[in-house]
Amino acid sequence: MTMMKQFLGAAAALALCSGAALADPALIYDLGGKFDKSFNEAAYGGAKKWADETGGSYKELEMQSEAQREQALRRLAESGSNPIVMTGFAFGDVLNTVAPDYPDTKFAIIDMVVDQPNVRSVVFTEEQGSYLVGMMAAMASKTGTVGFIGGMDIPLIRKFACGYAQGVKAVNPDATVVANMTGTTPSAWNDPVKGAELAKAQKSQGADVIYAAAGGTGIGVLQAAADEGILSIGVDSNQNYLHPGQVLTSMLKRVDNAVYEAFKAGADLETGVAVMDLAKDGVGYALDENNSALVSDEMKAAVDAAAEKIKSGEVTVHDYMSDETCPALTF
Amino acid sequence: MDYATLLQILDTTVRFATPLLLACLAGLYSERSGVFDIGLEGKMLMAGMSAGAVAALTGSVWLGLLAAIAGSVLFSIVHGLASITFRGNQLISGVALNFVASGATVLVAQSLFGQGGRTPPLSGAARFNPITLPFAESARAIPGIGPFYAEVVSGHSILVYAALAAVPLTWWALYRTRFGLRLRAVGENPESVDTAGVSVIRLRYTAVMITGVLCGMAGAYMATGLQAGFGKEMTAGRGYIALAALIFAKWRPWYALGATMLFGFFQALALRPDVIKRTIGIDIPVPALDALPYILTVVVLAGFVGRAIGPRAGGIPYVKER
Repeated sequence: MTMMKQFLGAAAALALCSGAALADPALIYDLGGKFDKSFNEAAYGGAKKWADETGGSYKELEMQSEAQREQALRRLAESGSNPIVMTGFAFGDVLNTVAPDYPDTKFAIIDMVVDQPNVRSVVFTEEQGSYLVGMMAAMASKTGTVGFIGGMDIPLIRKFACGYAQGVKAVNPDATVVANMTGTTPSAWNDPVKGAELAKAQKSQGADVIYAAAGGTGIGVLQAAADEGILSIGVDSNQNYLHPGQVLTSMLKRVDNAVYEAFKAGADLETGVAVMDLAKDGVGYALDENNSALVSDEMKAAVDAAAEKIKSGEVTVHDYMSDETCPALTF
Repeated sequence: MDYATLLQILDTTVRFATPLLLACLAGLYSERSGVFDIGLEGKMLMAGMSAGAVAALTGSVWLGLLAAIAGSVLFSIVHGLASITFRGNQLISGVALNFVASGATVLVAQSLFGQGGRTPPLSGAARFNPITLPFAESARAIPGIGPFYAEVVSGHSILVYAALAAVPLTWWALYRTRFGLRLRAVGENPESVDTAGVSVIRLRYTAVMITGVLCGMAGAYMATGLQAGFGKEMTAGRGYIALAALIFAKWRPWYALGATMLFGFFQALALRPDVIKRTIGIDIPVPALDALPYILTVVVLAGFVGRAIGPRAGGIPYVKER
């Protein structure tokens, strides 16, 4: 009988252990949707890379409405997923209330800092990447006017705009930066028609390079820029291939690396704030066969030199979110 | 504001107003017959997806337009079945169709193309390309009206001109034909129409089908005219703004043209905060401009500027007396 008990106990312990070891990671996409060709798709790319390399499986969930956030987090945590990675600042408040209820589960949030012991907050220095593409925009512009089109008007997107404007002014202090936001509600991430009209309006103001940091709306911006014969700059993922020869470059935000690393670390995920900056290859600009004809050697040399200076601390790019002001642009 | 900037804003206005105008006229037919249609948004989405998908598969924008109309009319038939034949609540049926459209469009596009609910980018004959009207370039030299003709009137896709032509056509159909008289009557007092020996059910189905056709054109214009493909939720609430425009226009075709052009103008103006600042000297927040169409509609509904009274039998399913 004692033997039996011990045996059963061991079996149970084994089952528990294997259960813990088998805990699948989970990924939650924000409202833009998994295939936004941009931010969320980059996260998907990281998860896919992990799955391809390890042969592991993961759970994923796409948000359809604001109200689902808490429910989604709790369901994944209760089903034993570990770690749970979510993309988007909008999860911040919800995670702050949910995380303490599941102390044994590790969470990772991208683009937001949540101060809980079991949360890894991954933030990117978008201003640095935007600075670099801003320099390229100013060098490629013939009119001396460049454009910026943001999605929803939130501090994070202003951070993109501010870094971009600083990069533009660094190359050409007299350049004009025309900045527009698509809207103030989440539908601003998915309004390509309005994005296209904004691009046309900016072109009529003289802009000949337009940087879109607007999720699905950006597809419309890139399309309109290609139709109108001006250059555009993509964001988050490499979007150069969308209109070969007409997209100057893309500001890369390596969300894929952040997701990949979190998945790889599994339940041993290091918590705290992780800043993915230029030095850690967290941000950068895209160069491939689709835009190689547009980026001159001179342009590349200047941008790479600036990148080195930013890495060494010789040049600092102002972060809009640090004090809600921007030296190079007024909103 | 100089003349060139004004022309540019008016040009944008026309592009913004066209989907609104088509959807507004669509709603006009349906509501004039006594069937409320909240589902304009869903029909436009469905049409946009069908147009994008078929144009991408066949390379012909005209087949895309046909598919858009078919997709939209299919939704109309479902709405008709629910609210005319089975006398269900028209608002609920419309809202339900919006939800179905929101999910089904992405699902179908994803299973067809696997690009995350988008349809592939279109080019060439798979898109409605801008048409230059005759004499547009030579007329540019005429001061005042010349540039207006060349910039604002000319250079849109064929669906824009179709939408503009639909306004007088709707007016004529509504006020100068037997069909129009009956349509207006069935929305005000279906009993009288029934007493005269005309089928209420048939009239309402006809109206709802016309709604489907017009919404189909609106969706096709967005996916294959303004954009080069369908994207998830790309209508971004335009169906609801069209409903607001319909109330603002007091269910009349010419007023609908005015209302949608005005709303389109506000949206176009919201793209150019710099112009507003230069013209009137103060900074108006962009969200305030975006909200203007709704504010104006509320003002009209509250009865400050004339009264907006909808068709009397609107929303009430017709039950034949025995």
